[in-house]
Amino acid sequence: MSNISECVSPSAGNQFSRRGFLASLSAGSLVLMGRVANGTVLTSAVAATVDSFEPDFFVSISPDGLVTLLAHRSEMGTGIRTALPRIVADELEADWERVVIRQAPGDKRLGDQNTDGSNSVRFFFKRMRIAGATARTMLERAAAKNWGVSAAECYADNHQIKHKGSDRVAGFGDLVETATTLEIPKEEELKLKSRDQWRYIGKDAQITDLEDMVTGKAIYGIDARMDNQLFAVIARPPVVGGTVKSFDATAARKIPGVMEVVEIPRFQGAPLFQPLGGVAVCATSTWAAWKGRDALKIEWDLGDNQHYDTESFAKELAETAKKPGQVLRAEGDAAAVIASSKRVIKADYSVPHLSHAPMETPCAVADVTTDAAGKVTACHVLAATQNPQAAQEAVGAAMGMAPADVLVNVTLLGSGFGRKSKPDYCVEAAMLSRQLKRPVHVTWTREDDIQHDYFHAISAIHCEAALDEKGMPTAWLQRAVYPTIGSTFSLDASSPATWEAEMGLTDLPYHVPNLSLEVGTAKSHVRIGWLRSVCHIQQNFSVGSFADELAHAAGRDPLEYLLALLGDDRHIDLKAAKLGNRGASPEEFPYDIGRLKNVLKRAAGLADWSRASKLPKGRGLGIACCRSFLGYTGHVVEVEVAKDGTVHIPKVWVSLDAGTIVSPDRVVAQVEGAAIMGTTQTRYGKITFKNGQAQQTNYDSYQVAKMSDSPREIIVDVVPSTAPPAGVGETGVPSFAPAFCNAIFAATGKRIRNLPLADHDLSWA
Amino acid sequence: MTKIKVNGTTHEVKDVPGDTPLLWVLRDSLGLTGTKYGCGVSECGACTVHLDGKAVQACVTALSEIGDSEVTTIEGLSTDGNHPVQKAWKQHNVPQCGYCQVGQMMMAAAMLKDIKAPTDQQIETEMWNICRCGTYPRIREAIKTAAKEMSR
Repeated sequence: MSNISECVSPSAGNQFSRRGFLASLSAGSLVLMGRVANGTVLTSAVAATVDSFEPDFFVSISPDGLVTLLAHRSEMGTGIRTALPRIVADELEADWERVVIRQAPGDKRLGDQNTDGSNSVRFFFKRMRIAGATARTMLERAAAKNWGVSAAECYADNHQIKHKGSDRVAGFGDLVETATTLEIPKEEELKLKSRDQWRYIGKDAQITDLEDMVTGKAIYGIDARMDNQLFAVIARPPVVGGTVKSFDATAARKIPGVMEVVEIPRFQGAPLFQPLGGVAVCATSTWAAWKGRDALKIEWDLGDNQHYDTESFAKELAETAKKPGQVLRAEGDAAAVIASSKRVIKADYSVPHLSHAPMETPCAVADVTTDAAGKVTACHVLAATQNPQAAQEAVGAAMGMAPADVLVNVTLLGSGFGRKSKPDYCVEAAMLSRQLKRPVHVTWTREDDIQHDYFHAISAIHCEAALDEKGMPTAWLQRAVYPTIGSTFSLDASSPATWEAEMGLTDLPYHVPNLSLEVGTAKSHVRIGWLRSVCHIQQNFSVGSFADELAHAAGRDPLEYLLALLGDDRHIDLKAAKLGNRGASPEEFPYDIGRLKNVLKRAAGLADWSRASKLPKGRGLGIACCRSFLGYTGHVVEVEVAKDGTVHIPKVWVSLDAGTIVSPDRVVAQVEGAAIMGTTQTRYGKITFKNGQAQQTNYDSYQVAKMSDSPREIIVDVVPSTAPPAGVGETGVPSFAPAFCNAIFAATGKRIRNLPLADHDLSWA
Repeated sequence: MTKIKVNGTTHEVKDVPGDTPLLWVLRDSLGLTGTKYGCGVSECGACTVHLDGKAVQACVTALSEIGDSEVTTIEGLSTDGNHPVQKAWKQHNVPQCGYCQVGQMMMAAAMLKDIKAPTDQQIETEMWNICRCGTYPRIREAIKTAAKEMSR
């Protein structure tokens, strides 16, 4: 398969225009307007010349037989830029060697483009198949027309249409001319392939960008270039909500290469995706801009958040977690049972703020043109963004333009983890370009990235359980307190939203007759964002750890206890539990305890769990499981804790059930990576604030796992399934941390309730 | 004006102060964007290039320090993307987002010149580069594959 990469070319901005994309297709191509968005019906979408088309098409076939497929989700490491086109190509019966992939700009008509929430395959599996089947059906009908036979006698086979009753064969390209004259078939006229006919779905392929990635040709946001661009580095207020009181740029302007120094206004009201404000230094190179920024003298008004201190804030959260909260899910009367029980276990957990720290910092280049009156007439952004439509909206709002008029093209992303769903950096670039009347490229330094993130929320979680004579809980009370993501969008939001609570708290899978699952209020003093697996990070850490605590209190084997706690194979009644199920229907995506137990048992089997109780001190196995993003994960982690407290992770076993799998090797890679992200969060993850300012600045003070402290081996078991595709990328994260900490307890007898491990002395004698 | 030899070609770099890190000279002056910025303080290894065949971090190597030394970047590691390390990276499907992989490969290629058959321990010590996607297990295996090919 070849890869046309001009859509992410560094060389010329004008190649990214809609026209540029279309004009590069040869005239006469069969172009199907994208029946991509949910419920969108194809209309008269076929024409003889490409000039008459808008770019919201999804499949195009040129007379030479080349198939061009549009990738509309962002590539940040999941392989999605290959996976979704493979689904189309499969239904189309296209020869993958004759397929090229192009990256779509932000465009609402393509459907959801927010590459986030482990949604890409789930949202678009069927729609991609329909797009491919539509094109295939039209080619079959075109062949039938040309040959004067029934379409039922024609079938597609690897880039050709063949006739059942004869040896007649036509290549896809040969049929383009006739196909363009045909009506688009209705969805009910399409016949999708059966599973046994799948050519690409479920089978591995090299990702389309692999060759570029290993030769240094791959273009990320930091590499994006527009003609005549300046490079900008920005000094942002050290505290969220702060503003520039005054600044002196005399020294900055003396730095060779510095061209302009520009103040950027701060967001008004809630932060949203608008800039933090500050002073930008624009120069002929990144380094000159950086040095220029260092030379700025700025007096800040630090604003209302300047007293934010996470040390005292963590205590407030812990206090709140001990008081009755807002009950989001209740069964029976947990409080009464706990009050009257002879045996009650209590535990308090906490997780600090975390920063995304994607390998590539946020970067964007923008070219804004204005008329004589200063009104914006055109705006083109080229960025590493997970969500080009959010960039259209945020940039549009700042530029006074309709979102649809903002052209946002997407480069490869040097990972994202949720950070690059928030396009504040795109708005910064657009604001600077508007003012300087030339393209401006904004690079966040690593310090900018770590200190001015949309942080994962700091949290406190209080757990109580009443135990019966066998040690099983008769009542379970759990209360989570953390600043909500909603606070980034509304100044009033001060309590976790139901969808946040549903990530590990209210979706508690355990069978306990009396439940009280609650949240408490917490005001936010920084921008709170979502980070890979989001609130599952803290909530499943506590849920998975507390179950292990109860198992040990009961004197039972953690695996046997956990299976008993999960109870009978059944579907959780989502409606009764008031669970939103990520918007997915309970019929398609039931909350299936049988599947959850299955991954737990499979992981335990692979790890040979029976040896858990026989390991010597200093070695331990830990186990945990979780349903997240509609997928199921079971983790067993093995640790070796040296007497000096040094922790090694020789091996991890993970079983994942994510339904139907499109790209098996990429799914395995995601699960491997999830264990390593979990390693970072558990070992080191901690951002602290003092005087409203983040105390960590770079990978030295905000440490992340390297090869030497990551699991040496990760065994991934993907459960064969014909269920609809569920989430993968985030699904592998949540149960790692509790399994890891449960293993440390097994090895040392030390229970970790407050992350990260780096704060604890794990030495033993 | 400073002369700098990169991938076998001598370039004349104008109006760039000597204290400018090699990273930004490569990326912004010479347009060689394969070398990546990750931290600027030699913590992550994303900017690793070769200076006379040895791995260095371009973010903390000043232009003035280079002199007559030869710089090799990913663009010059091989003419066709077929250095044993690059081949092994493809064979094991190492990259996820791919961003840190250039630095990882440059580090691995330099290591394999000195250590022909690295042990797990040696790989872990030498390969201190950060990968946020978590490709470490595959990097380890790819290095072993490349080492085998290079020793043939």
